[in-house]
Amino acid sequence: MAAETPVRTLIAPAEMNRRTGRFLYRFVLVLTLTGFTLTFVFPLYWMTTGAMKSSAELADPNPTLVPHSWHPGSYADAWTNVGLGHYFLNTLILALGAWLTQLLVDVSAAYALSKLRPLLGNVVLGMMLATLMLPVSALLVPTYLTVVDVPLLHVNLINTPFAIWLPAAANAFNIFILKRFFDQIPAELLDSARIDGAGTLRILVSVVLPLSRPVLAVVSIFAIVGVWKDFLWPMLVLPDENRQPITVALNRLSEFMPANQLLAGMAMAAVPLLVLFLIFQRHIIAGLTAGSLKG
Amino acid sequence: MPVPPLGSRLRRTVRENLVAYLFLAAGVICFALFSWYPIVRGALLGFQQVTFAQPAQWVGLDNFHRLFDDPLFLTAWKNTGYFTLLALVFGFAAPFATAVVLNELRHGRSYLRMTVYLPVMLPPIVTMLLWRWFYDPGPGLFNHVLGVLHLPAQQWLESENLAMVSLVLVSTWANMGTTTLIYLAALGGIPGELYEAAELDGASIRQRLWHVTVPQMRFILMITLLLQIIGTMQVFVEPFVLTGGGPDDATVTVLLLLYRYAFVYNDFGMASAMSTLLFVVLGLFAGVYLRLTRTKG
Repeated sequence: MAAETPVRTLIAPAEMNRRTGRFLYRFVLVLTLTGFTLTFVFPLYWMTTGAMKSSAELADPNPTLVPHSWHPGSYADAWTNVGLGHYFLNTLILALGAWLTQLLVDVSAAYALSKLRPLLGNVVLGMMLATLMLPVSALLVPTYLTVVDVPLLHVNLINTPFAIWLPAAANAFNIFILKRFFDQIPAELLDSARIDGAGTLRILVSVVLPLSRPVLAVVSIFAIVGVWKDFLWPMLVLPDENRQPITVALNRLSEFMPANQLLAGMAMAAVPLLVLFLIFQRHIIAGLTAGSLKG
Repeated sequence: MPVPPLGSRLRRTVRENLVAYLFLAAGVICFALFSWYPIVRGALLGFQQVTFAQPAQWVGLDNFHRLFDDPLFLTAWKNTGYFTLLALVFGFAAPFATAVVLNELRHGRSYLRMTVYLPVMLPPIVTMLLWRWFYDPGPGLFNHVLGVLHLPAQQWLESENLAMVSLVLVSTWANMGTTTLIYLAALGGIPGELYEAAELDGASIRQRLWHVTVPQMRFILMITLLLQIIGTMQVFVEPFVLTGGGPDDATVTVLLLLYRYAFVYNDFGMASAMSTLLFVVLGLFAGVYLRLTRTKG
């Protein structure tokens, strides 16, 4: 990998170029590279290849680095026999639905707050942002009771995907970063579209959204990743085993499954997110640092 | 352009507001149902007895009394405090040291940045199951490595002394990527002239780290410290999956106990009383966080 443009940091270039400096630098570099690979990459290797070991090999107290005999069939077994494929698809539906709901609800709310500016809009925004300060777990019980019996409507959302999708849409972070992005879109652009006869919805769809691709990517990724990783909430609101996502199912089945199939299931639950990360690394890291502490 | 009459201007304002609120409606409804209403309800629930059979009954401070009478209550707070403290020792130092080192490296930066974030992308349940397998006293990798190094095998999750440490290790591994990347971004923002000036004054690398890097990072360090306290005090998945609160209640945390009250014993009032206390404690930290970010912004 090419060296990046030198920016002056803690250690001066001159110190780096001395003989001891160069030696130390190489030493630390090798140490970090191997340390990181061992700590953060190796467990993933261990998981994906562990799934392909035979049960006897897995139970051996002297673990093998490379499987003696390969049994990729554990993946197929976990997918069909244990039914993890079904739970995997459940997760997919929950994640995609939550993604769509969040985009629909949060984009239009942010658009209203940023560009349509209704009376008391700032109060609404303030009330939304205030929820960011609340610890999620302190609201676990009342939110659960709300889902069991939604006020005014008196419907029970337990065992329906809406129990995941709708609470996910009440996402102040999304609305905040979307609104901040929309704020930067010049009003003249919207005005000229209006003069050309575009309505409010039309302006959102054909002017604002195309300009907002980067922020939409960030929101989308975080929406999908958030639901995919979630465990406690789906475990509570989806007690019907047939409707559970793979994370909940894995925990429930972990005691009974053969170790290699459990590992295969874990890999299945993890790989889509890892692939997503490899593709959208830049967006994810940008969203992470933007979303954190520029306040 | 002639000024339109008041009536039509008013009508236009009303129409524009209607359209705006139409766009806002779904968001407001979601927030009202799943955020604002639960906040109010949560505050009240602690003083109520809730059963699904009949409407909620007011019971005053009853739930709180029963809470304080539960011997596990104090244990849970102690354990949570211990977890938070340990998590700060590991989880605060490790990302900072890592970020400082990564910031000096000129090779393999994007690889290192990527790998440290990989565990963050894993579903927590996968992380826990993976580590449960590593901790396993039989075929577990950790005891095998200790054996190779001629060190005694450990009862990672089964020993009262080590169980909490084991949980903190997983938690740190899983979460340090986020903090590291935030620190790395902040380190990149420190002006190089500061280091040059310090160097001209004869400051050694260690002195520069102490007198330039740390003060420049002070704000972000404070913020992550607070966020980490708030986050780790809500620890749940680690004890739930790895130890179930054991051995001998050594890893029962506040949230695990709250979960038991609500979803094992169906005592939502008592669970809510616990939520209220958790909310108050975390609210103190959140208040400090707000003050800090506001004065800075």
